[in-house]
Amino acid sequence: MNFLTIYFLAMNKLKLFLSSLFLLLATILFGQDIPKVPNPMRLVNDYTQTLTIEQKDQLERKLVAYNDSTSNQIAVVIIPSLNGYEIADYATRLGHEWGVGQKDKRNGVVLLVSIGDRKVFIAVGYGLEGALPDAYAKRITSTIIKPEFKAGNYFKGIDDGTDAIMKFASGEYKVDKDDVVSKKKGKGSGSWVFFVVLGFIIIFSLFRKRSYQQIGNRGSGSSLPFWLLMSMMGNSGRNSGGGDWGDFSGGGGDFGGFGGGDFGGGGAGDSW
Amino acid sequence: MNKIVLGVIAILALIFGVSACNGYNKMVTLDQDVQQQWGQVQNVYQRRADLIPNLVNTVKGYANFEKETLTQVIEARSKATAVNVDASKLTPETFQKFQQAQDGLGSALSRLMVVVEKYPDLKANQNFLELQAQLEGTENRIATERNRFNELTGSYNKKVKSFPSNLFAGMFGFAEKPYFQAQAGSEKAPTVQF
Repeated sequence: MNFLTIYFLAMNKLKLFLSSLFLLLATILFGQDIPKVPNPMRLVNDYTQTLTIEQKDQLERKLVAYNDSTSNQIAVVIIPSLNGYEIADYATRLGHEWGVGQKDKRNGVVLLVSIGDRKVFIAVGYGLEGALPDAYAKRITSTIIKPEFKAGNYFKGIDDGTDAIMKFASGEYKVDKDDVVSKKKGKGSGSWVFFVVLGFIIIFSLFRKRSYQQIGNRGSGSSLPFWLLMSMMGNSGRNSGGGDWGDFSGGGGDFGGFGGGDFGGGGAGDSW
Repeated sequence: MNKIVLGVIAILALIFGVSACNGYNKMVTLDQDVQQQWGQVQNVYQRRADLIPNLVNTVKGYANFEKETLTQVIEARSKATAVNVDASKLTPETFQKFQQAQDGLGSALSRLMVVVEKYPDLKANQNFLELQAQLEGTENRIATERNRFNELTGSYNKKVKSFPSNLFAGMFGFAEKPYFQAQAGSEKAPTVQF
């Protein structure tokens, strides 16, 4: 009898210890549950292959155009599972970590969809809480997104949902000079590095040319190696735009990147 | 010989002075971060308190809604709004009082939400649904701001307690700051009775 009570007490202690250990582990591991910032940065991020490539491109173009005209950034993220976390917490952390929205305006929105949990959440950045209060976010998720998701129309739900978000958030902010919008306008620091490297290559090849002449086995008058000439010619067309490296980011729009916005837990969601 | 000793002492004094300045400045920055975040925390709690009169009025309209639950919410609210802690006076005692009052309001509200489940017409009321969404959003905001407060307090406390800044912390009066604790009893999920 006595032994039994001791045994139960010990088990309770052990349980407590194990659960606290689990909690600790969960908090340590949490950072890994949130996907890293996509590279190249995109506004539409589907980790589940729910949307087709055309659908993703269509959404991306729409959201990039909206970012260009209003500086508001709406990120759509589709994940397979929340791994047991609250969707509000997950969406807020993701928005905070990725920095969705402009830094000074904090005008980001994250539309998070967890396919496995059948949950959707609209997290609203600090700066848009006035334009898109929780009650509106709730209305969008419950009356626009939820019915479509229930019927299996994920694209339509997301498309209509983002339309509604855009309608509410419009007019709150205007584009400033220092906002991160489309890449066409901003000269990336990458182009600067590129020209320095190019300069080094030219100097290097001039030295090489001299040594070639000394050896005397170079007949034709070309002063630059063939490949370098080719790459320069290839570049001359592109350089007119001011060193546009956006071409490498692949299909969809040319999203300029997240601006460092911040989230305070605003927004609402629903499950379908 | 004497000159060398004097030189060494001067250099040591210089190093001490520079590191004291650095440590002091760093602690001031961290301290300000915590105080600023405390403002955010009080903001979101205030937001919750502001929502309650509206909520109570909406719920009260429903005939024979349990008066007791509503009274508890109103009482808890007045208790919570009575406790205000200035950011520069974050001592463990005042902090605990603040947290107790706010947690009291939090549990009164969650009891109210459980009772609401018994009133289907109330749950269908558009006004109530929006208030509920706002209340949920506010609870999320509270969780987020509390979390950030704890993170900032953590880095401040680490600085204050670690060597060599702990030497200067005592000198300049930087005390360790309290954290938010999980609500007592929150590990037990509320029981819903139908």
